[in-house]
Formats: sequence, structure tokens, C-alpha cells
Amino acid sequence: MMTKGTVSGVIANMVTLTVDGPVAQGEICYIETGGDRLMAEVIKVIGANVYVQVFESTRGLKVGSVAEFTGHMLEVKLAPGMLSKNFDGLQNDLDKMDGVFLKRGQYTDPLDEERIWDFTPIVKVGDSVIASDWLGQVEENSQPLKIMAPFQMEGVATVKTIAPAGQYKIKDVIAVLTDENGNDVEVNMIQHWPVKFAMTNYKQKPRPFKLLETGVRTIDTMNPIVEGGTGFIPGPFGTGKTVLQHAISKQAEADIVIIAACGERANEVVEIFTEFPELVDPHTGRKLMERTIIIANTSNMPVAAREASVYTAMTMAEYYRAMGLRVLLMADSTSRWAQALREMSNRMEELPGPDAFPMDLSALISNFYGRAGYVYLNNGEVGSITFIGTVSPAGGNLKEPVTENTRKVARCFYGLEQERADKKRYPAVNPIDSYSKYLEYPEFAEYIEKRINGTWIGKVNDLKTRMQRGKEIAEQINILGDDGVPVDYHVTFWKSEVIDFVILQQDAFDEVDAVTPLERQEEILNLVVDICNTDFEFVNFQEVVDYFKKLINVCKQMNYSVYKSEQYNDFKNQVVAMLEEHK
Amino acid sequence: MATTAFQKVYTKISQITKATCSLKAKGVGYDELATIDGKLAQVVKIVGDDVTLQVFEGTGGIPTNAEVVFLGKAPTLKVSDQLAGRFFNAYGMPIDGGPEVEGREVEIGGPSVNPVRRKQPSELIATGIAGIDLNNTLVSGQKIPFFADPDQPFNEVMAMVALRAKADKIILGGMGMTNDDYYFFRNTFSSAGALDRIISFMNTTEDPAVERLLVPDMALAAAEYFAVEKHEKVLVLLTDMTSYADSLAIVSNRMDQIPSKDSMPGSLYSDLAKIYEKAVQFPDEVGGGSITIIAVTTLSGGDITHAVPDNTGYITEGQLFLRRDSDIGKVIVDPFRSLSRLKQLVAGKKTRKDHAQVMNAAIRLYSDAANAKTKMENGFDLTEYDKRCLDFAKEYADQLLAIDVNLDTTEMLDVTWGLFRKYFKLEEINIKKEFTDIYWK
Repeated sequence: MMTKGTVSGVIANMVTLTVDGPVAQGEICYIETGGDRLMAEVIKVIGANVYVQVFESTRGLKVGSVAEFTGHMLEVKLAPGMLSKNFDGLQNDLDKMDGVFLKRGQYTDPLDEERIWDFTPIVKVGDSVIASDWLGQVEENSQPLKIMAPFQMEGVATVKTIAPAGQYKIKDVIAVLTDENGNDVEVNMIQHWPVKFAMTNYKQKPRPFKLLETGVRTIDTMNPIVEGGTGFIPGPFGTGKTVLQHAISKQAEADIVIIAACGERANEVVEIFTEFPELVDPHTGRKLMERTIIIANTSNMPVAAREASVYTAMTMAEYYRAMGLRVLLMADSTSRWAQALREMSNRMEELPGPDAFPMDLSALISNFYGRAGYVYLNNGEVGSITFIGTVSPAGGNLKEPVTENTRKVARCFYGLEQERADKKRYPAVNPIDSYSKYLEYPEFAEYIEKRINGTWIGKVNDLKTRMQRGKEIAEQINILGDDGVPVDYHVTFWKSEVIDFVILQQDAFDEVDAVTPLERQEEILNLVVDICNTDFEFVNFQEVVDYFKKLINVCKQMNYSVYKSEQYNDFKNQVVAMLEEHK
Repeated sequence: MATTAFQKVYTKISQITKATCSLKAKGVGYDELATIDGKLAQVVKIVGDDVTLQVFEGTGGIPTNAEVVFLGKAPTLKVSDQLAGRFFNAYGMPIDGGPEVEGREVEIGGPSVNPVRRKQPSELIATGIAGIDLNNTLVSGQKIPFFADPDQPFNEVMAMVALRAKADKIILGGMGMTNDDYYFFRNTFSSAGALDRIISFMNTTEDPAVERLLVPDMALAAAEYFAVEKHEKVLVLLTDMTSYADSLAIVSNRMDQIPSKDSMPGSLYSDLAKIYEKAVQFPDEVGGGSITIIAVTTLSGGDITHAVPDNTGYITEGQLFLRRDSDIGKVIVDPFRSLSRLKQLVAGKKTRKDHAQVMNAAIRLYSDAANAKTKMENGFDLTEYDKRCLDFAKEYADQLLAIDVNLDTTEMLDVTWGLFRKYFKLEEINIKKEFTDIYWK
């Protein structure tokens, strides 16, 4: 007999219930109102008064309405069939919903129970398995998906029966396992998992080291992110957070991409719906949508579901990681999630922390980022979740709680800068303040030098120093005037401009320039390093300016040309010839 | 508002603040409307039997024994074709002397559109103003505010944009608008012969501040009727959203909520998003109507880090800045701080292919001119390039950025190429060879 409650108070989406039995923190209940059932989650208990946050509009809700508890926390259902789908923050399949407008109290099944899968067994009768071990495999959009032993199973079980290769639906029993106590457990393809708990079904989580290629030069070349790494992109509005995030999700070398649109614009999600089914994954040649899952909780959807959406996305990512896949999870924006927490904390009249955010914000952010990572599974295979979140700092000021707390946990920082955006220097990632901690990992250095067969980190650090020097000189020129500094200074400054224009700046809307494969990035890097290491002779600063403007123009035309095409080689030869001119 | 039979009347108010009243009542729904001695109010908090009501007109003059009647419904608007050409107050009551509108009663502030039922906006809205069409192209289904100081001519520009935009309906939501500005809009639309396309919901500075909270939802409920049921292209003008936010702050303050940045409620982002996200392009399967929102957010001394413009910027698809250019003595659309996030959906697709590159090159050169200007002001010698940039900037501002420009986009591009040729060398403009081959002649 499940616990029941009656509504005793309503303030926006926070509802107080009086209950007749036990309830758990985080337990889900449904409140009946005018024929609708509103899903809600317990967030505080005081005696018989239970405070719940409702995931829907509470309009018309009355005192005395009845609530029914479910006995479980907010869970997701996991099984093959989720790729290419569009879910809301509570994992409802948006395409299954009726009508143009989202109707209150409408919940749809995230899975398709009728779809038929070609199943191949992995284990044999008599094998010993533990939770999450791979029992068999199906294929979805040419991605091998594993059917695993139940995540909640305890101890070692023995495979009693396993279905032969053939066609099955997700609810069909594909194996029977005998657990430690001798009980038989029937296993189908569906798993359940409470979203607020991290899945720890792996053996070890080492330091990540493998480059995750994104095709964005300012990331891969200057501040690389790795498989299983974490990064964040803070920036004021209008500096290109979304364009950069979309570029990464289009181009990254991942098996599965999960995009959590958390409290952001609906039209941005529509852009993904519209473009991803047409665009091609540069690494596999298949349609991008085939590897993508969208969790759309746009800014006008109820705020409590916004909080849930990032957890829903992370739990799905963990499911695929347990299958040995490389998952990229993007959350845009984690600030909206933090604001959702703030709204609830405020309604519960908790004492506020900095900027009225809840006191445990720091812990929540670090626990969330901590769920990403590169792991060795129990069977020795590897899987990873790379997590990149955007942060929307109020007023563009990075000294605010969400940015500061994220900086403590994320290993890559891609700071977007208003000044660069105003000058249309996109992507507006600040070249000096941004960093990737992975550049300091010896594991990464070893990996990257093997992959590109040469030195890399030394060159990158050299360019970073030059950018810094260029900025200092620009400030001096501003104070002293063009004629107030030696001609050398102008050369040093313009070398930093070459790095900026040729490597850092990239046209996300140009077919060719939008994505630069690692091989091409290496070639550009070497070319720019050559330019920087050339000793030029100039008579006056005007000559420096004219020369470098021309040089940059040729380099840019090269970036716009198809790699290794005749045009490309032509521009490259022009650059080499120009380098000879002023030696 | 008349009471109907068997409605329970309460006459014992236990608490009155400047904006809210509380009383003991049973069977009341959240968000429900009530009248207190005829004044409209809405339920904002229920704790057991204690019900708190937000009184739109303010609580002045309400006695503790006032008659409170609950209406059993959230705020509504009667929608039908009769709305066209009419002027209403914040409650949807006519203020133009005409009869009440007959129609289907819909709750305002209704549910949001399922994102998968939206279509990607792709239709250009031509305004003739190059600072908008060339640099910050608008697209139907977009939501974009003017960020402007109160003394700037944003209402004039907005009226001009509305009239040139070829919308089927223009819905004006006025919040804290001065009576003078209200008449400006009325007269402008009337002399353009556009009155039959206009629907107006007006809260002027003479009306109570809290009433404003109804205006955007009223305007958008009307917009949804015409866009969804009549498949029309609807343009919604909301001015001024800063006044709307101020009213939110008043109510949250009276309800003892902990304020976040700039004394605004912690839910400001969600409150604003609920309004702006009503902008939508519907797919052809459901009639292909659209709602485009152009709003005004007034700033204090150009400060965009204030909570209202800051939260707005994260919600809207760009923003437009107006600025007086002292070199040419005209108001221009600031090319640096303005942005239309949807412009790439039409630039080079619905306009000529060189659009994006020409736009970026011109802005980059204009920014070089700004640097040259700083140099000049600091007393340094200008290079020959600096001087050319300054001359270019002046003509660029005058012929393209000024708000009195009225050209089509192809003309705008040709004018820009003309200026490039006049002042610069080919390698200075950094445009793809594909385009310079055609247009650099």
C-alpha cells in the first residue's frame, strides 16, 4: 500500500502535502487536479508535512487535492532505442506528445516496446556475471549496444539461460540469472536507474589522456580536451557559447553525443532537430542525428524539470559508458540549472548563500562534474564521458558563484570574451586566460606525441607565450604610440596576430574552415611556428603592418581552401615565398 | 465584474500589504482570479486555509471587510477576429469606446509549444534599415529587444519596423508607457492606414504598476489566436520590459521573497523566458503562422550588466542597440553591441551570398576606425590606413548605419562594396576570393 497525501499549501511550483505514511527524500508522487496528474518530487520533510516540487504548472491546484506516492525516486528507463530521440527533462518522448502545445500532465514512454532488435548473446550458460556485465548485444544506428546484467544486482550470479541469437523486443526475457541466494532473476533489455545517483559500475577511473578531437583549432591545438575530460565555457551573452557548443557536438570524435538544453532557447534545439538529420559525422560518414540524443528542457518549461534534465542526461551517458562507448555530454547551460536550484531554495525559505544561491551549490556542481570520466570496466574494456558545460555568468562577471565553483572542478576552461566577440574574432575564446590542465599531464604528452609523431606541447606553449607577449606589446603601443616603440616590437605584435588570425579564429559558418582535422591542424601549427621563428628585417613599422596584413590574408584564404587542393597548395606556396622576402 | 449565483462571498480580510491581501478561504485554486470590492486580484500563495491574493490595482482603499469573490478561473481573454483594430487595457477591457469583444474565452499565460512542433525560422523580415537588415538581420519567429536608454528614439524605430515588416497583425503591449508615447503609436499606425491590423493592450504610467504583469500574456494570447488559428504572421511589440520586471520585483518584495541581483526576484530569468519563448515559427502542417517579438528593455546609463538586460540577453535571440553618432549627428544602430542570433539562417540564403562576409569585413574596418579614433584622442599620429578607416567609418555610418536609411539588402551590399573600393586595398578587406572576383571591380 503506497503512501497517500493531501495538498495543504501551494506557492508557485512548491506544494505542501500532509501524508498518511512513510515517504523518502527524493521520492516521486503524482498529484491529481482537475483530471491531470502532476508529477512531483519530495524535497523536504517536516513531521507529517512533506514539501514537494511539482514538475508542471500548478495553476488551479486546490487544498485537499490527493497525491499518490510511488515508492521510487526520479528514475530513467534505459534500453536500446533512445538514439536520435528528443526527450524532455523527465525523459518523456517529445515526438509522442499530442498537439502543438505541451499539455500538462502528459507523460510519454521514452522507449519503444514494439521495436524488434537483432540480438547476439555474449555470455554462455554457466558463466559468472556481476551487475552491469555484458550479456549480449544489439545494434542501433550501427552502434553496438550491450544488454547488461541488472545494475542493481548484488554479488555474483550464474547465467542459467541465455537467449540464442535472434529477434527480440526490449521486454522479452533474454537471460535468466541465478543470484547468490539461489533466486532466479529474469533479465530483459530494460534497466532503471535513479538519476541523482552516480553509476559506479566500473573497476577504475584513471586520469584521462586520449585527445578528443573536436576540429576546433582553439581547442584541439591550444587547449585540448580529452576523452573522459571535463571542460566549461563561460561567457556573457552574445559571445558565441551556443555556436561553439554546436560546433563541438557536430565535430567531436565521439560514439554518442547527448545534448542537454537546460533552460535555453527553444529555437536552438530546433536548429539541432533541423540540421543534425542532414549533417554528416566527419568521422564515420553517417548522419549526425544517428548518434545524438537531445534532452530539451527549454527556458519556458517548468523550472523543476530543468533541474532534473541535466541528471537525466548524465544518467543516460553513464548507461552508454558502461557499454564501452565514448560519450560526449554537453549541457547548455549549467547556470540555468543553478538558477532552478535557487528558485526552489528561495521558496523553501532556506538561508541563502552567495548571490542567493543555495549553500550546497558548490557540492552539487562538483558531484555532477565528478560523474564524467574515463573508466576501465569490469571486463577490461574502456568507456568515457566527456562533459562540457556552458556557464552564463550574470553581467559577464566571472566572479560569481556558478563560474567560481565550476572552475574548481572542470579541467578545461574556455573563457569567452566580450571584447573579442565585439571585434568579431570568433570563436571568442580568450587565448591567454583559457587553459587545459591536460597539457600538463605526462600521460597526455606521451599520447599526443605518438599520435602526431613529433613534438606538440612545446610548440603550443611557445605560441601561448607569444600571445601573452603580443598582448603586452599592444598595450605599450597604445600608451607610447606606433613610433614610440622599436620596429621589433611591431614584428612581435604582428606574429601574435598571425597566431590569432590563422589558428585561433575560425569561421564556424564556412563549410571548409568550420572543421579542421588534426592532421591539418598540425600543418597549420607548423606553418605558424615557422612564421614566428623567422627573423624578419623591416625598415619601419608601416612596412611591418603592410607585410603581415598581406601574409594573414593569404593564410586565411588557405584556411578557406579544401585541404591539399590545388588552391590550398597554391596559397601555402605563396606563404612560403613571402617568408623568404624579408629574411 | 458581476457575481453569479451561489458564489461564496468572503468578508474577512486578515492581512493587507501594499500589493497583497490575505484571508481564510476554502476550495481556492492556485493562480485563480478573485475580486475584492470589484478590484481584480489573483491567488499567489495558499497555506492551508490562508490564501494570499495579489491585487493588480493596489490595495489602497480596501477595507478589512471588503467583499471577496473567487471567480474559479485564471485570467482570460476572449479571442476572435473582433480583436483586430481594437485598444484594450491590461485586463482586456476595451478603452476605445467600442463594444466588448465576443469570442472564445482562453486562459492567458498558457502552455508552451512543444519544441519538436516548431519550425526553424527562415523568413527574412526586411525593415529597410541597414543597421538591422545588413548587420543584424531579423527573422520571423525571432524574439529581440532594443536595449536603449530612455531618451533614445526606440519607440519611433519600433513603429517604423512594425509598419515595414509586412505582418498580418501587429500587437502592441504597453507597460508603463507614457500617455504621449501611446498616442504616438496610435497616430503613427492610424496615419499609415494600418489601424485594422493593430491590437493594443495598454498599461500607461497613469495605471497601477502591478496591472502590467498581465499585459505580455494578454498580448501573446491574442497573438497565439491569430498565429495558430488564423495562420497569420503576427508581430508583437512589448515596451517596456524593464517596467514589467520592476512590477515583478514589487510583488516578490511584498511576498517577503529573498531578492537576488539588483533587487530582482530569483525567478526573473524564468519569468522573462516564459514571455519571450512564445515567439515561434509554426511548420506548414499547422498553418505556418508565426509570432515575432520585438521588445524594448530600457537601460540605466547604458548598463547592460543590470539583471533585467542581462537576463534578457540570455533569453532573446540577440539585441539591438541605438547610439547617437556625433560624427554624423544621427542615431545609428550600433554595429558592435547589436546582434541578431538568427541572421545566419537568412544571410546569404535569402539574401545575396556575399552578405555574411561583407557584413563582417565592414564591421571589422569600422572597429579599426574606432581604434584609430582612440589613437587620435590620445594625441598620437595617425597612419595613412587609420585616416582611410576614419573616412570610411563616417560614410559607412551615414549611408548604412543611420536609422533613416531605407534600402533593400542588395542595395546595401552594393553600397558597402562601393565604400570598400573607395577606401581600401583588396588585401585589406579579407574577403573570400570567390566574392572579390565578382564584386571587386
